[in-house]
Amino acid sequence: MRNAGMRLAIACVCLFAAQAAGAQEQRVPSSWTTATVSGEGQPRGYVEYQRFCSMCHGEGADKPGTMALDAKYKGAIPALLDKRTDLMPGLIKLYVRNGITVMPTFRKTEISDADLNAIAAYLTRNNKSKP
Amino acid sequence: MKIPPGVSPKDFADAIQQFEEAVGKEWVFTSDQDIALYRDAYSPFFGEPEERVASAAVAPDNVEQVQKVVRIANTYKIPIYPVSTGKNLGYGGSAPAYSGSVVLDLKRMNRILEVDEKSAYALVEPGVSYFDLYRHIQEKGLKLWIDVPDPGWGSPVGNSLDRGGGYLMAQYRNHFDSHCGMEVVLANGEVIRTGMGAMPGAKTWQQYKSGFGPWVDGIFSQSNFGVVTKMGFWLMPEPDSYLSGTVMVPRHDDLIPLVDTLTYLENTRVTNGMPDLGSPLLRIPMISEIVTYNEAGPPPPDAELAALLAKPGAESSPEMQEYALRKGVSFWSCKLSFYGAPKANEANWEFAKEKFSAIPGVKFVQNESYKLPLTPEQREKVHKPQFGIPSLAMFSIGARTPVNPNPINGHLWFSPIIPRTGEAIFEANRVFAEAAREFGLPMLSFSLPSCYWERAFIYIFAFPVTHDVAMNKRNRAAFQKLVQRAAEHGWGEYRTAPAFQDAIMNTYAYNNHSLLRFHETLKDAVDPNGILSAGRYGIWPKHLREKKA
Repeated sequence: MRNAGMRLAIACVCLFAAQAAGAQEQRVPSSWTTATVSGEGQPRGYVEYQRFCSMCHGEGADKPGTMALDAKYKGAIPALLDKRTDLMPGLIKLYVRNGITVMPTFRKTEISDADLNAIAAYLTRNNKSKP
Repeated sequence: MKIPPGVSPKDFADAIQQFEEAVGKEWVFTSDQDIALYRDAYSPFFGEPEERVASAAVAPDNVEQVQKVVRIANTYKIPIYPVSTGKNLGYGGSAPAYSGSVVLDLKRMNRILEVDEKSAYALVEPGVSYFDLYRHIQEKGLKLWIDVPDPGWGSPVGNSLDRGGGYLMAQYRNHFDSHCGMEVVLANGEVIRTGMGAMPGAKTWQQYKSGFGPWVDGIFSQSNFGVVTKMGFWLMPEPDSYLSGTVMVPRHDDLIPLVDTLTYLENTRVTNGMPDLGSPLLRIPMISEIVTYNEAGPPPPDAELAALLAKPGAESSPEMQEYALRKGVSFWSCKLSFYGAPKANEANWEFAKEKFSAIPGVKFVQNESYKLPLTPEQREKVHKPQFGIPSLAMFSIGARTPVNPNPINGHLWFSPIIPRTGEAIFEANRVFAEAAREFGLPMLSFSLPSCYWERAFIYIFAFPVTHDVAMNKRNRAAFQKLVQRAAEHGWGEYRTAPAFQDAIMNTYAYNNHSLLRFHETLKDAVDPNGILSAGRYGIWPKHLREKKA
């Protein structure tokens, strides 16, 4: 069996001894593939989050970011970033500008500082303690 | 501030000031923090002195600004390196091939200039991503599909110039082949349009590829002869329906007639989607199953099969064949996709079954059949790129998943081209497994091709990239050896990261590197100061060739 972290993996495939997948939260269709995201009446942070983040961190069966956070937190906290209430704006910006595991950095021509601020504001909108 | 090699601090400062005047101060990046964003996140040299990094970045908004930047670079002999969306991960990302170059970041040039439903084409700028183009088509309600590669955040322009591929019908699957017409800024700042675009007011720039006279488009792919600022692409008209069927064969050697029949059927257009080989026995997923395998692992083998799979060369052992026949597990499978009229799809599937029936013991399973467009629920279930929908699902490779608790930092692709035959698959596996043993790599299990061109397969082997310098070093050395070993067998790579472009170009060595020398003659003629993408795909300008010699 091959372990991608340690070994040469073949043909994009990482095979492992089979493990039943842990309990997953209910998957629902992702917003942006079923219909185009409408920015109307939505805060800028929501729109930019849909545009840049939701393809990996959104809902649905094939979102590696959501899958990774689900595997990490195992339901203790939400795998979906926009359901979190404990994210700090500084941490969000750190990950976007430095990357983490297979998530690469995002340049300012992709996500501007102003867009990133808006995304951070959107993802921290439900925080109980304000930063 | 980092300064490009061979450029004086004063010249660089003057050039930066002029770049700022050309594109606006906020679109010239010189701080360490901003330049770090241009590092290749998947660099095999990450954090080592040899990592190729930018000295600055300039982000023009339009072709006139690109012309200005190129002219300034020529005046001060500043090396510049254009990137489109900068997401060529595994093949270099947004970092330059020549360390110290100024990245010409074309992401802001993100206009979708035209999408024509009747003639089924699009004309786009380099900063447009597959996601952007898909959204545009959905918003306008156009009945058009895009042939997308696995990473949907890439640029149609950038991906095709690096000769990426996708999943739809053969005439769209090779993204460079499916382009039609380019606009290019040359190193002297002049703009040319290729094909019909050379005629002022041409009515068919995106409908007829070659125009009149030499067809030069090819020299702007995997090269450094110009900055492509617009490119046309043929899109696939949305088919009426989709049908898929899987062919399963019981014996090891059946792979040979399986591939031969498949190739005949695809090249006579009986089946027209990308074929998809797998091995239920060896637990090799079809491409359309990879994400599921990454998330949940392969179906668990029983103890007997697990023991057989653990042996080197398992696939060709008589015990494995005996197990497969006794348990009724198919050795190989191939999923066929049919796009078109429902009755035609059914008839083509029937005909394909007739042809495959020459293989004793063959079995068939009819899979999903959809009336198109897909419903939102269906869209969530399918392998999206096979339906022209961009996605990032394939980034589950190496990511943290329920079955992979130790995520990596990236990957590097080793991508040799082999003939489209079963014999070639067996030979490639034998050679690479032997090489792995010899080079001290972990055992290579049998693997199947990732890309299906009409007359060739491409293997895509993923090497992990981590932030562990020793491991990256080992993998780089193994990669170099695999390149040489492949070349000894007549297999060349189709694309690679800058770290290996010289090595691979060196394997295309017929007649004392006469093709590379021709590339260099062209380079010196069209870019005498050698400012554009020095070193990209192993093509170096004269002054740097002399330095290396």
